[in-house]
Amino acid sequence: MGSPVRRRVLRAVVLLVLGGYFVLPLVAMAEFSTRGRAGERSLESWTSIVDDEGLMEALVNSLLLSVTSAVLMLVLLVPTMAWIRLRLPLLQRLVEFLCLLPLAIPAIVLVVGMAPLYAWVNYFLGDSPLTLTFAYAVLVLPFAYRAIDAGLAAIDLKTLAEAARSLGASWFTVLWKVVVPNIRVALIGASLLSVALVLGEFTIASLLNFDTLQVQVNLLGKRNAGVSIAVSLLCLLFAFVLLFALSHVGRRRRQAVAEEETSPGSN
Amino acid sequence: MTSVAPAATTPGGSTGKTGGAAGRPSAAAWLVAVPFLAFAGTFLVYPTVLVLVGAFQDSNGAFTLGNLGTLFTGVVFDAFLRSIELSALTAVIGAVCGALLTWAIAVGNPDGVLRRVVVAGSGVLAQFGGVPLAFAFLATVGFEGLVTKFLRDSAGVDLFAGSAWLFELPGLTLVYTFFQIPLMVIVFLPALDGLRPQWREANASLGGTSWTYWRHVGGPILTPPFLGALLLLFANAFSAYATAAALVSQGSPIVPLQIRGFLTGEVVLGQENLGKALGLGMVVVVSVAMGVNVLLQRKVAKWVRR
Repeated sequence: MGSPVRRRVLRAVVLLVLGGYFVLPLVAMAEFSTRGRAGERSLESWTSIVDDEGLMEALVNSLLLSVTSAVLMLVLLVPTMAWIRLRLPLLQRLVEFLCLLPLAIPAIVLVVGMAPLYAWVNYFLGDSPLTLTFAYAVLVLPFAYRAIDAGLAAIDLKTLAEAARSLGASWFTVLWKVVVPNIRVALIGASLLSVALVLGEFTIASLLNFDTLQVQVNLLGKRNAGVSIAVSLLCLLFAFVLLFALSHVGRRRRQAVAEEETSPGSN
Repeated sequence: MTSVAPAATTPGGSTGKTGGAAGRPSAAAWLVAVPFLAFAGTFLVYPTVLVLVGAFQDSNGAFTLGNLGTLFTGVVFDAFLRSIELSALTAVIGAVCGALLTWAIAVGNPDGVLRRVVVAGSGVLAQFGGVPLAFAFLATVGFEGLVTKFLRDSAGVDLFAGSAWLFELPGLTLVYTFFQIPLMVIVFLPALDGLRPQWREANASLGGTSWTYWRHVGGPILTPPFLGALLLLFANAFSAYATAAALVSQGSPIVPLQIRGFLTGEVVLGQENLGKALGLGMVVVVSVAMGVNVLLQRKVAKWVRR
């Protein structure tokens, strides 16, 4: 790494070797999913994705779940976290602990405790896959908490709220018209993360016997590997697009924050 | 959000102007936190407690240490050892390869496409890989995979000559690196970004070589975050379930798959709560890894404060 030349060579080698290591499976998926019956190239696996009713139904379930989970997460977290900063700092530690707790409890362990709980949930609310919303809102807590916390930390919440209150705004107006618009980038980030997480979730859905996208993909793999691999590739690419979009959002925010930080003279 | 409305109409709201957070919150102010606390209590704390308490109960609900005792015997103990071995091995591989990859993108343009692609791709594989990763793996080195076929047809090498290694520990190790290396990139990148170019220049202007830079500047600064990342990777691999579950449908070489066995009905009479004991065991291992990490970072934070 001494001379710039050696550094550049080493960097190129690392990028090529590891890049190849990660691109190879993607290429293999594309190749495998376009295999025809007689050894020719065919898009049969790809076209039969749409024809598979079970898969489509599961996809709809997962898409609905990704929306309901993100909404539930926002409804639960945003008012609570804003309120804690404004009025209830006492709860700060407890809420942070609860939000980060899922990191220490693997999903496979959580599902052991959720199985009896879901017997009750399904008894009262029916056995729609949408009841998974509750479990998924728990899973996204750590990611959402961090995103929203960063968003709230970046604004002067107290001053904004006091200004709005002194102009006669109700607390609900403060939340809806002051807090939410000011941290919308963080909220978009938290939502995108939870959408990606829900669309990729397998552990809880499969062990509670709900029919979601990943559960179907896994089942399908047992009888038609080609279709499963095609869908898997789609999932990975879709998640990539989501996160790539997220990196744009984050970058814009960083720039904005950096401008703010530099303007009043850094200490 | 409707939960906020009642608080807005109470007189307690007017105290906000005076002291804000400093004042004693009114009873109504606490109500806002109720929905979240009720939710977390029901869907997070309750299931967790159920597992932790159940681990100490026999099938009649009486206290017992029998379940925990079973953790240290036979198949279950072997699964724990195997899980720990798998997690430690993939954590080390992931940390080393991941650190190299992180370095390769950190020295490049911070707003470049390469970096953004690698970071976004790492995010996908590290956090949302799951089942698709297992299929990616089957398409590559499965019985009919691209690499398997290539080696068989053109080099005459049979990947599966020895055994069905793909569905055992070696296969899991290989597939786990596909989310461990990316996770390292995500966790380690901020640390590498923290290295200032001035330090390298200072080292060079004092006649130092690249070796002295890494030995006396870069190395010592990066060691704590590297160790922290290593622990995080260990916990991550230890908790992972989806990829292994999609790949291994028969047998339960690692703990998460053993728990699957208990949940899907392979329960021996009188051992209903053994699954919960396994869960407790996993929580303990993960918590130890995370706890050591927290202590480590706290210690570091003390002397890094500038």
